[in-house]
Amino acid sequence: MEILSRVHAKNLVRWAKDRPNVLVLSADLTSSTEIDLFKDAYPDRFISLGVAEQNMLSFAGGLAREGFLPFIHTFAVFIYRRAYDQMAMSVAYPNMPVRMFGFLPGITSPGGASHQAIEDIAMMRSLPNMTVVEVGDATEIETVLDAIDGVPGPVYVRMLRGEVPRLFDAAVPMQLGKLRSVANDNPGGEIDLTIFSSGICTEEAMRATQALRQRGVSIRHLHVSTHKPFASEAALEAVATARYGVISMENHVITGGLGSAVAEVIAEAGIPKRLVRIGLRDTFVHGASRSYLMKEYGLDAPALVRETEKLLHAKFDISECDLAAVRIEAVHSDAKAEAL
Amino acid sequence: MATQDIAELELRPTASTSWQDEARRVARGIRRRVLEHVILNKGGYLSQACSAGEILATLYTNVLNLGRVKPLLPGPFPGVPGPNYRGLSPGTALHGPRAPHFDRFILSPSQYALILYAALVEVGRMAPEGLLDFNRDGGTVEMIGAEHSPGHELMSGSLGQGLSQASGIAYARKRKGETGRVWVLMSDGEFQSGQTWETLQAMSFHKIDNLGIYVDVNGHQCDGRMNQTMNIEPLEKRVEAFGCRTFRVDGHDLDALAAPAHLLPDGRPIVVLAMTDTCREMEILRVNAPKFHYFRFKDEAEYRRYQDLLASL
Repeated sequence: MEILSRVHAKNLVRWAKDRPNVLVLSADLTSSTEIDLFKDAYPDRFISLGVAEQNMLSFAGGLAREGFLPFIHTFAVFIYRRAYDQMAMSVAYPNMPVRMFGFLPGITSPGGASHQAIEDIAMMRSLPNMTVVEVGDATEIETVLDAIDGVPGPVYVRMLRGEVPRLFDAAVPMQLGKLRSVANDNPGGEIDLTIFSSGICTEEAMRATQALRQRGVSIRHLHVSTHKPFASEAALEAVATARYGVISMENHVITGGLGSAVAEVIAEAGIPKRLVRIGLRDTFVHGASRSYLMKEYGLDAPALVRETEKLLHAKFDISECDLAAVRIEAVHSDAKAEAL
Repeated sequence: MATQDIAELELRPTASTSWQDEARRVARGIRRRVLEHVILNKGGYLSQACSAGEILATLYTNVLNLGRVKPLLPGPFPGVPGPNYRGLSPGTALHGPRAPHFDRFILSPSQYALILYAALVEVGRMAPEGLLDFNRDGGTVEMIGAEHSPGHELMSGSLGQGLSQASGIAYARKRKGETGRVWVLMSDGEFQSGQTWETLQAMSFHKIDNLGIYVDVNGHQCDGRMNQTMNIEPLEKRVEAFGCRTFRVDGHDLDALAAPAHLLPDGRPIVVLAMTDTCREMEILRVNAPKFHYFRFKDEAEYRRYQDLLASL
């Protein structure tokens, strides 16, 4: 698997080159949110606002009213937890085209509960006028700016940084409001199981589905990069073809995020299908490595295998060795400014 | 010492009738119209008209450089911004056409909305009948103003957010080379909020000197006296320490209020602390001390006393 480094840092410099109205706002996390290259390339368009997120959000609303395109960069928690009222009233209410890049989603940070955005999608999805997207690999990081370009209102981007795998064909860009088909064992027909995954869980799901499909389970796997507006019709169609049921998998609490979106679709359509939601179950998380936390909270490939076995009332004898190798990121690497 | 001797400052040349006479008329009119509505609605934000009458009168007759506009009638509620509606708030129309050289005025505490509406009528920007829409369902002349309300540019009802947004607008205008300035009216209660200080810090750091702030320092808030609710003094020293060009003036003295607005920008944001009286021109309000934030009549007799006061204004 191809692993790329600091994809957003490079892509932003390229993308913003001939877009003079793009202003990048930083809250003292310039290298940690990969805007250091932008700062070096276009110092005049980089605005340092310090550890003061409430002002940053309202200030961005003011810039947008005057025709600029503010790109807010900080850890996700500091956008929606520290400055929610400011985001709601200064940005979302007037439907201003502010782009918010929230880093360290869910358990990707060893920084503990203060740094781990575990309910951001739920908060953002319920906010009127907000568009909510999440990247799952390098291809999506490279193409998310184009995908959201032209959205007239605010966009929240759940972002990845550092070393990121390329899971999807580099020639197939992210598309707003579309589900990405990762695997489909019976196009147009019935399958055993439909899986919806988002963010870093898609890589885990791909490891698990590989082993499950070898054991004869037919699967339709869809990657979700647009949480809102959710591709309800396409999701419904995928749910309807699943013989045993549906599993959602997200690096987020199971309330309000992807699992809830799928549940809403199923319930509103009145389709009698089982839904298993993999994610954090009404709990905060602590500081530890990503692979450790994924295992501890059941967000990894073995968790998907276990839930599939339950749903299908089967045993597949899949050991950890049968799953593709776990990718372990170094705590300290050149791709990250700090270990957080 | 950052506070300048304002007597030395040069005022903008005045027309044949002095702007001060006009401002005095506007301030009287604001108080009269606000009292009229408080009597009509059996309550309302009254003390803010007493404290901020001269500030708004000075802003509209001397400080703000706005485009001309005929007296307008506020339209019906246009809906909240969303997929089908975004852009200039209809409330901005009363401030005339937008142009790079024109100023902007942003009211931060939307609880002052009625005082602003009254001011707009007095300076001929809103048709007097517009006030009849005050607090009427389906209208825009809301009790706590919103983005679509007359004279409002943005959502500012959540205290502390008005200045932040205005500073973004001012920064953007400076970047675009626009010469018009941005003026913000704030309440002193907003200086209890952390966001206000975050903003002053950033304005000072980024030299946002095309923005001026008038603060109605009336010393009162919803719960009563500010120094018994949450002290903000010494406000002048605190604001100055954040790098602002600070002026502490008598908030009912027209010349003192106007003078700082005519200084040439020097890199620092301007903050005018207007020391005001919550009962100015309405002595009978004083028995309500220390609760001035929202006024209600206690009995019929008091109601009649205020009707008499209105007749005398």
